[in-house]
Amino acid sequence: MIRIVERIGTRTLRGVNLLGDTGLFLLESVAYCFVPPYRLRKIVEQIHFIGFKSLFVIVLTAAFTGMVLAIQGIHTLRKFGSEGLIGTIVALSLIRELGPVLTALMVIGRAGSAMTAEIGILRISGVIMALDAMAIEPKKFLVSPRLVGSVVAVPLLTAIFIVVGILGGGVIAVGLLGVNAAEYTGRMVQSVVFADIAGGFCKSFAFAILIGWVCTWKGYNTQRGAKGVGNATTSAVVAASVLVLVSDYILTSVLL
Amino acid sequence: MSEILPGCAPIGLEVMSEILPGCAPIGLESIRNQDSSPIIRLVGVETTLLGQKVLDGVTLDIPPRQITVIIGLSGAGKSVILRHMIGLTRPDRGQVLVDGVDINLLSRKGLYALRDRFGVMFQTGALFESMTVFDNVAFPLREKTKSGEGEIREKVTQVLALVGLPDTGGKYPDELSGGMVRRVALARAMVMDPEIIFFDEPTTGLDPIIRNSILKLLCDTWREFSFTMVMVSHDIPEIFNWCHNLVVVRAGKIAAAGPTASILASEDPFVQQLVTGDFAGPVSLL
Repeated sequence: MIRIVERIGTRTLRGVNLLGDTGLFLLESVAYCFVPPYRLRKIVEQIHFIGFKSLFVIVLTAAFTGMVLAIQGIHTLRKFGSEGLIGTIVALSLIRELGPVLTALMVIGRAGSAMTAEIGILRISGVIMALDAMAIEPKKFLVSPRLVGSVVAVPLLTAIFIVVGILGGGVIAVGLLGVNAAEYTGRMVQSVVFADIAGGFCKSFAFAILIGWVCTWKGYNTQRGAKGVGNATTSAVVAASVLVLVSDYILTSVLL
Repeated sequence: MSEILPGCAPIGLEVMSEILPGCAPIGLESIRNQDSSPIIRLVGVETTLLGQKVLDGVTLDIPPRQITVIIGLSGAGKSVILRHMIGLTRPDRGQVLVDGVDINLLSRKGLYALRDRFGVMFQTGALFESMTVFDNVAFPLREKTKSGEGEIREKVTQVLALVGLPDTGGKYPDELSGGMVRRVALARAMVMDPEIIFFDEPTTGLDPIIRNSILKLLCDTWREFSFTMVMVSHDIPEIFNWCHNLVVVRAGKIAAAGPTASILASEDPFVQQLVTGDFAGPVSLL
């Protein structure tokens, strides 16, 4: 019995320590964003890497997501004779949920994993310690620009995802399934309100911080050689994806 | 054995004096007569890492403008001592004083200001693989000074020439041999003109010829700039020809420390076994 209590206690302490460590890591990294030198070049590099280089996969995913939404939506709405609502369904689904969540998941898979691997390799090759020894704060140099890059790029990618998704849905609904184009856009404009867009933006902003935080944290704390980098990358992708979905639920509950 | 550094203790390795021809005596007295108060002092340092006591009451003085080499068995705590001196690891007890200032009491800003006086060369070089040799060496200048690109170019070219790599600026670290990587790391450690340079096993994994060429390079650069050099090394007996002071570490404690000649003359069985590399002695691994 005592052993069980000990184990629970040890795990609880470990969990609290982890929360404290990760929390401090984020706070420090965010604080360093506001301390000069600002390293604009590095930030722009990260925006390019996370944002521009993810564009193709985002556009592709968004187009097909919109198309599938249109097919599924019309299939269901026809049962009730409400095909005209398809524009509303596609737009609201993408703005409130699918846009922010799928963009975040795509960025985690494409850029987040690379972020973890890159920082992890710097850790195991001793570069992070060398930075510290050269009196260059490693978190400021490696983590802060990635956080800023993520916070700038992910909401922009989400906006692109939503627009392309709506266009993809429109192509299927109007082009293939015979929905009136004016009705598709008209209903959409009527039903989407600023709160929907603000909610989606809030989510994508929160996911951006989560991605930057989890992926850099995992890389920064990589241990035990090449295998450690692999483990850190896998664990970063899994943890960030799960956290995005969990926080999506929490944010949806709060925002609705 | 005239071609050795002053204060060093040749142990009959004639070949080394031929390999390190540039290391001619430059006047032991001139070094000894300079300010002899230690630039770095460890006082009663105790550290436990992952539940294991790695340093146990380490007290040690590092004299300025001399070469001090820390030797000992693997896992004895040599690199940990070096990290304490740089402030990368904090002791549980004891003090690490640099010019009389306890670095563990310094704020992060204060510690970083102190580290601006240091150059550090790590075991594997710790270079950015994604940067060219030039950018790696220029990195501290770009990050820590307001020098213009022209000035940086001039300084980097000068330091790369000093380490014998004048035409490698455009190459990436993975295009270089192990010895060249270490020389680039040395160039990066020196580019800010540091007062103290720390070397953590700078020749590990290199073949004897390259290893000796790196040692000669270190010796030559010290002769030119007379900075304080603290090195962790396994290059026994080569280093005895050109280091002024030896520190022998055993299981987290200082087994012996002092001028090279006196350490080599020590009758301590462990010190004797370590400096001669004899497998018979107090340390038995077989």
